[in-house]
Amino acid sequence: MKRRPYFLIFALIFGYAFFYVPIASMIFYSFNKSRLATVWGGFSTEWYGKLLDNQQVLDAAWLSLRIAFVSATVATILGTMAGMALARFAGFRGRTLFSGLVSAPLVMPEVITGISLVLFFIALNGMIGWPTRGFTTITLAHITFSLSYVTVVVQSRLASMDRAVEEAAMDLGSKPLRVLFDVTLPIIAPAIIAGWLLSFTLSLDDVVITAFTNGPGSTTLPLYIFSKVRLGVTPDMNALATIIVVLVGSGVALAGWIMHRAEKRRERDVQMAIAANK
Amino acid sequence: MDVDTKPHSSDKSDKPWLDPKAKPFIRIDGVTKKFGEFTAVDNVSLDIFKGELFALLGGSGCGKTTLLRMLAGFEMPSGGRLFLDGQDMTEIPPYERPVNMMFQSYALFPHMTVEKNVGYGLKHEGMTDAQRKDRVKELLDLVQLTPLAGRKPHQLSGGQRQRVALARALAKRPKVLLLDEPLGALDKKLREQTQFELINIQYKLGVTFIVVTHDQEEAMTLATRIAVMDQGVIRQIGTPTEIYEFPRTRFVADFIGSINIFDGEVKSVDKNRVTVSAPALGSNVIVDHQGEPPAPGTKVSIAMRPEKIAIERKEPGAEAAGNTIAGKVIDLGYFGKDSLYRVKLPSGAMVRVNAVNSRRAGESERVAVWEDDVWLTFAPSSVIILTE
Repeated sequence: MKRRPYFLIFALIFGYAFFYVPIASMIFYSFNKSRLATVWGGFSTEWYGKLLDNQQVLDAAWLSLRIAFVSATVATILGTMAGMALARFAGFRGRTLFSGLVSAPLVMPEVITGISLVLFFIALNGMIGWPTRGFTTITLAHITFSLSYVTVVVQSRLASMDRAVEEAAMDLGSKPLRVLFDVTLPIIAPAIIAGWLLSFTLSLDDVVITAFTNGPGSTTLPLYIFSKVRLGVTPDMNALATIIVVLVGSGVALAGWIMHRAEKRRERDVQMAIAANK
Repeated sequence: MDVDTKPHSSDKSDKPWLDPKAKPFIRIDGVTKKFGEFTAVDNVSLDIFKGELFALLGGSGCGKTTLLRMLAGFEMPSGGRLFLDGQDMTEIPPYERPVNMMFQSYALFPHMTVEKNVGYGLKHEGMTDAQRKDRVKELLDLVQLTPLAGRKPHQLSGGQRQRVALARALAKRPKVLLLDEPLGALDKKLREQTQFELINIQYKLGVTFIVVTHDQEEAMTLATRIAVMDQGVIRQIGTPTEIYEFPRTRFVADFIGSINIFDGEVKSVDKNRVTVSAPALGSNVIVDHQGEPPAPGTKVSIAMRPEKIAIERKEPGAEAAGNTIAGKVIDLGYFGKDSLYRVKLPSGAMVRVNAVNSRRAGESERVAVWEDDVWLTFAPSSVIILTE
């Protein structure tokens, strides 16, 4: 008789409980009738309804999405360019310095990035009257740190790509820019999309840097939640968090399902190719 | 597609390199390529003629691939010029050269179907859609891939990918097709089959092929001529027969096929008949030398191919023309159609002998087995004298 590995089972349960009990309790209390977050007062969905009437929340969410979209898009374009320069031009002067400077924001404490950016924006505004603090400054700040992530992702994808494929396109008559759009970009597209999604998420939930660079009337969703929760957790915030968890959860599940299906199809194709070759 | 129906012949039109008046199609003129301190290709000059299937053969790092990449335009020569059909190509970028390449990794576009891959090069050719479609179909027929036109590269086997790569490289009707280890990634059986397909396609289209390979058998079966490269330098250029039977240097003799090489010294010269003393063989060796014989006293190497040595258990009579030496069988490898013997001479030197098993024989009736005393004979015309 094999002994059951009780310790391993315990570790497994404890580990997952550590992850998910807090989230589960948050979802549970979002349906709480009571105004007090930790006292059960019967089932209710009234907080969800209140949330939809709360114009502040809707404005904050809309602002967050706009900032996330713009900053992710700009960071992806710039980061892809930087990643290409680093992966493709091995020998240029100052490459090591450039590479270090691009990835520094990854390890820089957010507080420092935040302070330096806000000082910079104030000085710049004093000199040329731009940017005013708000949407513009938050977006610029988010581009700054997301850029590094995109660069790293794109650079590593390019490093593992067979350069001969680009050479083949050039050999068949395509000028370098044509090669970029016909071959390189389609091949590294998954990395670019991953970089965009990463930037989007980072921007969407950033608090520290946003807190430094925001201005009057530009409160993003995380900032709004943070300011509300400081005065005590309220059930409507539980409801808001639950909505976010459900959206993110279903997004991940959908992506997983699509990838799984593509993988299945690919496997079947490979089997077919092997069978056809016999 | 113009099909060349001219039968094989051995006149000068078929061997343009023998005709001093023939104009080379590709002229590599004193080309050097340096990567930092390292010289990959060292002052190479080479003429290749129209319609040739030319092989650049050598071990890894000998400069063959660098030379090919310079022809394609991916590397700039550090010195020297490249000419194609009389035009200076040295500074023309790869996308403007009438040269196409088949890559070792095939380098198919993973996000495009077979059809799109093959048609990619035709996009900027100023063709109508119908013309382009016809051309793609023609190429897919040529490589027998029409049923797979809609597949993506990852849905193909290695051999199928190789044929897509070939079709794609031929699409633009290049003046020269460069092939980098075209059969390297295929298994042995598929390789043999594909070799002959390549030759047939080349013969049908009349395109000049330049093949880079490290596999001497591949070079021998494919090529009209072979350039053997080593350390960035061409050691010998010749037809497969010339390279195999008449190697000019010890390196070439040793690189191509298997060979027995011994040190010796020229004793006497009588017209073409050269007598060489070879201490390892224990006797003088008589050689029928072609060309200018070396002077007596010259230090040389003598070399014999294993299949040109006969092995027997009884001593040959005095009437046997040629060189005879005695030895003992140390090792025996039986391959079915032939056997490889390693015979130890009284001097301690080893001779490799390769004999075809032309007679059907059981194990006890073999020509020779381990520990047998044997006699080796080889004709004076089979011995190669190498001075370098």
